Amino acid sequence: MTLSTTSSPVNYGAVPDETGRFGPYGGKYVPETLMPALEELEEAYLNARVDQAFMQELAHLQHTYVGRPTPLTYARRLSEELGGAQIYLKREDLAHSGAHKINNALGQALLMKRKMGKSRIVAETGAGQHGVATATACALLGIGCIVYMGTVDMERQKPNVFRMQLLGAEVRSVDSGSRTLKDAINEAIRDWVTNVETTHYLLGSALGPHPYPAMVRDFQSVIGREAHGQMQDPAEGGPGRLPDAIVACVGGGSNAIGIFHPFLEEESVRLIGVEAGGHGIEDGAHAARFADPERGRLGVLQGTKSYVLQDADGQIALTHSISAGLDYASVGPEHAWLRDVGRSEYTYCTDTQTLAGFKALCELEGIIPALESAHAVGYVLELAPQMAKDQVILINLSGRGDKDLGTVMQTIGGVS
Amino acid sequence: MNGVDRIDQVFRDLKKSGGAAFMPYHAMGYPTREESLEVVAALAEAGADIIEFGIPHSDPLADGPTIQTATYSALVGGTTVADCLQMSRELRDRGVSTPFCAMSYYNPVLAFGEEQFVEAAADAGIDGLIVPDLPPGESEMLEPACREAGLATVYMLAPTSTEERIKSVARHATGFIYLVSVTGITGARDELPPGLPAFVERVRRHTDLPLAVGFGISTGKQAARVADIAEGVIVGSALVKAAGSEEGLDAVRSLAERLATGSHRTQDEPD
Repeated sequence: MTLSTTSSPVNYGAVPDETGRFGPYGGKYVPETLMPALEELEEAYLNARVDQAFMQELAHLQHTYVGRPTPLTYARRLSEELGGAQIYLKREDLAHSGAHKINNALGQALLMKRKMGKSRIVAETGAGQHGVATATACALLGIGCIVYMGTVDMERQKPNVFRMQLLGAEVRSVDSGSRTLKDAINEAIRDWVTNVETTHYLLGSALGPHPYPAMVRDFQSVIGREAHGQMQDPAEGGPGRLPDAIVACVGGGSNAIGIFHPFLEEESVRLIGVEAGGHGIEDGAHAARFADPERGRLGVLQGTKSYVLQDADGQIALTHSISAGLDYASVGPEHAWLRDVGRSEYTYCTDTQTLAGFKALCELEGIIPALESAHAVGYVLELAPQMAKDQVILINLSGRGDKDLGTVMQTIGGVS
Repeated sequence: MNGVDRIDQVFRDLKKSGGAAFMPYHAMGYPTREESLEVVAALAEAGADIIEFGIPHSDPLADGPTIQTATYSALVGGTTVADCLQMSRELRDRGVSTPFCAMSYYNPVLAFGEEQFVEAAADAGIDGLIVPDLPPGESEMLEPACREAGLATVYMLAPTSTEERIKSVARHATGFIYLVSVTGITGARDELPPGLPAFVERVRRHTDLPLAVGFGISTGKQAARVADIAEGVIVGSALVKAAGSEEGLDAVRSLAERLATGSHRTQDEPD
């Protein structure tokens, strides 16, 4: 037994432990039918991680198909306008299929194809970005694909529904519960339970039962690894130094953990996650798990223990966000742990602030961001002016906003 | 006698008569609070040996459409965890003595406080606990609390379960083991899966606990077939559907009697 001392540094590489825990968070809270599938997945993943041929094939596809590395862009006009820290954007919006989601979708689809004896993939989607990424990876690798999507989300993300269908996926509507991401996950899990012998569940965020949070983090960490090098290399457009702060939106938290993880040991870098503040915390219509002291509590949802928005009776709360991709009642367990140990911090951005960020990036940088990513930008509108001009902020621009034009037109009044 | 003893007694008595336990499920608060109390009383009267007392949850990921709809409706009607326990107490006061196993997803139990929940449940006359999303390994808090209070900890096994998982469940379970007949979610099905007898035998090699089979059973005939190979027959969706039908309680009574007859094997050719 080792004695812990208050000064001992946190070992970020030691999570999750072999039971899938990040401190008190994580774990495997699933019906027994799925336990063997989780064990099989973990074995396949651990095997692939040390298999050079697999990792080379994945790297090759990331380069030749996804278009990685994605560029780093200096947001000159936005930085000047805000008058504080210099702002850089990690351009996951330029990854093939329009968001960081492809990093994980391609990783898991390839894992199934090369390491598991299964033939069919099911996935859930909120904003549609993960569904599109999964449909894309399945088309590329020749795998049958079914995507579950809440009817509310299908309505607000119509172009992505059609994209998935064009890519050969079957989109199944989910009309239970709140008819959004959470309910799509329930339905995908029910399909998985029923067809587990032939089917892999391609979960889209750093959520769910072990090994998903760790596996999705690892597939997404390519974002942070690239950014770590690019920031220090002026030839890659970087400022020649590490950032003072990294800002990323957090729904389940896969783009955030992907960019945070390779910077965990860099203690000078603040890591800031931005949750969906919706109509504001007091209003109750939001998806800010860490910001709502009344309803955001330790809980278990869909296989993992984390912070969950819930009522006093443990029933999962209905959430709201202008962005379907952040509209979820729980958050990845590693974020909950990083927050506890004081490594990362979390704030929120309301729908209104988000739209301000969205417009600023459109008008000042010529980039239409996804509404999810616009939460990070919206918060930076506040943060940057509080920082000095020689300081640096890196935003993970996790996706592009084409899919959101309908929502934005409705909200700000359309084309004048 | 504590909860585990009462459940053990049920299986001991049935062993003598040669039948299997009839173990119906009901979603408490459905169709209404009062009606759900009537349903449970009717199930007991129709010959139920153990009743699964369903506590509704907003995200029932192991349940099919029938139970999803019923539990959602119960929640909309204002059913709470505390009130479910109160309903158990009221049924005990009415003289219903059939052992109850509370069936709840994990989060409502966690929100209630695990030890507090177990204590309150035992106090309300609950005899055992089934938490479908809490496999052994994740129940390090709940299990000792149940031991302390004398509640049975019932775990599930599925056709996909490996020998390792079967051994682990056999070590942790008390009362009985719940065998999920199919790889899938709850809901009535026309046929029993062909692999069921082999699955039951595979589990039996590792335990002396009674084995109860659930998921997909809806007729007296199916119940009788399950009773040939297992010690318990669990029926949920078919009865919940009956409770929500126009005939309501009458439909529940008539189906429950047929299922009890099949489970108890008191008739050669049940419907």
